[in-house]
Amino acid sequence: MIALSVNGKSYNVDVESDTPLLWVLRDTIGLTGTKYGCGIAQCGACTVHINGVATRSCQVPVGTIGSKSVSTIESLAQNGKLHPVQQAWLELDVPQCGYCQSGMIMAAVSLLKDNPKPTDDDIDAAMSNICRCGTYQRIRAAIHAAAGKA
Amino acid sequence: MNRIMTKQFNRRSFVVGSSAAGAGLALGFDLPFGPKAARAQEVFRAADGSPEVDAWVVIRPDETVVIRIARSEMGQGTLTGLAQLVAEELNADWSKVTTEFPTPGANVARKRVWGDFGTGGSRGIRESHEYVRKGGATARMMLIQAAANSWNVPAAECTAANGVVTHKSGETVTYGKVAEAAAKLEPPKDVPLKDPKTWTIAGRPLKRLDTMPKITGQPIFGIDTRQPNMLYAAISACPTFGGKVASFDAAKVSDMRGVKKVVQVGDNAVAVVADSWWRAKKALEAMPITWDGGENAKVSSASIAQFLKEGLDAEEAFVGNKSGDAKGALAGAAKVVETVYSYPYQNHAPMEPMNATAVYTQDKCEVWCSTQNGEAALAVAAEASGLKVSQCDVHKTFLGGGFGRRGQSDYVRQVVTIAKEVPGTPVKLLWSREEDMTHCFYHPITQCKMRAGFDANNNLIALHMRISGQSILATVLPSRMVNGMDPVTFQGLGAKGPEGEFGYNVPNLLIDHAMRNPSVPAGFWRGVNTNHNAIYVETFMDQLAHEIGEDPLAFRLKYLKPKHAAVLKATAEKAGYGQPAPKGVYRGIAQIMGFGSYVAACAEVSVTDGRVKIIRIVGGTNSGHAVNPEQIARQVEGSFVYGLSAMLYGECTVRGGAIEQRNFDTYQVMRIDEMPKVEAVVMPDYEFWGGVGEPTIAVAAPAVLNAIAAATGKRITKFPLKDNDLTAA
Repeated sequence: MIALSVNGKSYNVDVESDTPLLWVLRDTIGLTGTKYGCGIAQCGACTVHINGVATRSCQVPVGTIGSKSVSTIESLAQNGKLHPVQQAWLELDVPQCGYCQSGMIMAAVSLLKDNPKPTDDDIDAAMSNICRCGTYQRIRAAIHAAAGKA
Repeated sequence: MNRIMTKQFNRRSFVVGSSAAGAGLALGFDLPFGPKAARAQEVFRAADGSPEVDAWVVIRPDETVVIRIARSEMGQGTLTGLAQLVAEELNADWSKVTTEFPTPGANVARKRVWGDFGTGGSRGIRESHEYVRKGGATARMMLIQAAANSWNVPAAECTAANGVVTHKSGETVTYGKVAEAAAKLEPPKDVPLKDPKTWTIAGRPLKRLDTMPKITGQPIFGIDTRQPNMLYAAISACPTFGGKVASFDAAKVSDMRGVKKVVQVGDNAVAVVADSWWRAKKALEAMPITWDGGENAKVSSASIAQFLKEGLDAEEAFVGNKSGDAKGALAGAAKVVETVYSYPYQNHAPMEPMNATAVYTQDKCEVWCSTQNGEAALAVAAEASGLKVSQCDVHKTFLGGGFGRRGQSDYVRQVVTIAKEVPGTPVKLLWSREEDMTHCFYHPITQCKMRAGFDANNNLIALHMRISGQSILATVLPSRMVNGMDPVTFQGLGAKGPEGEFGYNVPNLLIDHAMRNPSVPAGFWRGVNTNHNAIYVETFMDQLAHEIGEDPLAFRLKYLKPKHAAVLKATAEKAGYGQPAPKGVYRGIAQIMGFGSYVAACAEVSVTDGRVKIIRIVGGTNSGHAVNPEQIARQVEGSFVYGLSAMLYGECTVRGGAIEQRNFDTYQVMRIDEMPKVEAVVMPDYEFWGGVGEPTIAVAAPAVLNAIAAATGKRITKFPLKDNDLTAA
């Protein structure tokens, strides 16, 4: 059994310690908002926060997490109120297929926490996730819209 | 979403059979009461018991309007657009509108009342707008009639707006209160539709209906399916296309933790079923499998290139468009220009890898999946399970990208085959990204020789376009071929017709196709054949203008047909073409007609030390009607990213009859740092209905390539761009 804190809740999961966090979240705990895209930390669809830091969960063995806290897309909205980044995403209607957007939003939340008013270059450097629908232009606009509010 | 329709009175018995092979379902009906007698009181109900006013519209007592969406939603926004069309004619209160996907099984059981579920070729709206609007209008008329009946007044004295029926006396009633009575009425026969110029819901840039679940991580995709006691399957198919499983050693992994079963799937794949996907995948990787690639194991990118090269000058070719005598005119031309191109295999690489979940028992098979073709998935489920179509159903989810890949049902066949081995237990099959990258139906590979002839006065008098390469239909829909020819090859190059007319008037024209089908399977890939066709035609036209010292826009306008010319001119004007570009910035233009729409682009790029920066692209679209201009703008932006990813990086190479690129590290795509500023010009002329999801993809690459040529003097003929050196010679 491996003890794990996800979205403020404690879990004991019966998995091998080398199991990537992604699959523990999706298949063991049942939090499917975090997505599988590549399994090699290329695409960012699996981005979660570990102790507040945006991390690609497909490359994190669950046994290495210990007491660190994990948060996922499901934890962003609080008491039915969207996070400012989600609110900006909603107002600009950013998603198309939507599959990459959990990871995009988690990466954007982390960026804005470190850098409340990012420039376009800052966004380019921080947001290396892949979107095949091509929503990049609206992602950039939504990050600027959420800047200072997150 | 995805509720199974239930019927209050099961008066009819349907006998349903499947053509099994593909999209079409051949249906036989047994109607003991006959259609007229059966209709009057028959009320279909949604899962919550709310009545259907007609097949497209369910109205709940709380005034929620549920609009049925037959087409798949994969990001292209069709769900919202179709709902707008129904709501427009329904005179619904848009704030009360929600949607649901009927199942393919329900469609078959109800004489295909929702029409075609297939979602590809940018057909979602342009081929169903009429019947979905009629669905909305019919329901509105029935709701008005029901209200009039309750007041005992003529329906002509009543009007409806915002979900409320009003009598001329001022009395009102909401749709929710009369829906039950309306559902029992005979539907009207004569259902006039509104003039699109009077639309107030359709035609407006309304917000998407599906954003909220996508920003909160809701389980809406096929891969998110969870069923009680569900098992997970990982699969590996022979890397060489056409190859088979030679042997595998299940005993080596059957003791690994969580492993339940090892299953051979068809003759070319092996799957491990376990209690988690990660355990299934680890066991699959640990299991010794040997493959028999057969003859195809000799196929390589070099052998395919040689095979296609022979087609460039072959005697025999299918003629797609011909006028005058191109070969004769070329022989007598004062000046001849020739360029040879090649375009590679590419993977769709949707972000959600292929997956499906199925549960099989001896009298039922249910599938949950992201699919662009629910009815084909149903037919495949029936065939693979050995059950009747009426014993199977498919629950469509949102798609994590489709791009044409999910029009195929290979993964549905696999999951049902696996589920049969564990009867009664749901199984989710998920492909690894590596499996997905190496088992696609790829963008077809082609080469092309363009030859143009000018007379002594620099008039373009002849054009011969010879395409050599792969037919998509030969791989995935051979029944649609015409006397051995694949008409889809000529997308954007046709003589006439609403789908994709060649834009240029050239007196002596020949466009032909020497079909060469390598062993790597080809499929529909967003933009399909317009991608390379537009590159070949539009970069060559640019070269021709340059050869005779004319401006690329002025040169094109001399030969372009009116609708093609109009969108190109408008796009160029919006981009500021004709005024000087900023220092170091170069412009390129392109146009095509594809998927029923006229589109153009004007790109601005800079090239520094061989590095291309795409700064801005203006994209123009005349899709006839514009059901949601904001969604069209999103499709322009997104299609440019997809098309430019392909142009910059997209290449699947072949070795040993297998694809070499296995993940996004070797199959790169555009990311946000390369995103140009995209400005969409939406210019509907209300004269036709064209598609939106695909057409503009084709003009992004040639516009950028022409801008690169303007900047560097280099004309790229071998794709993708990454294989070329743009540093100054």
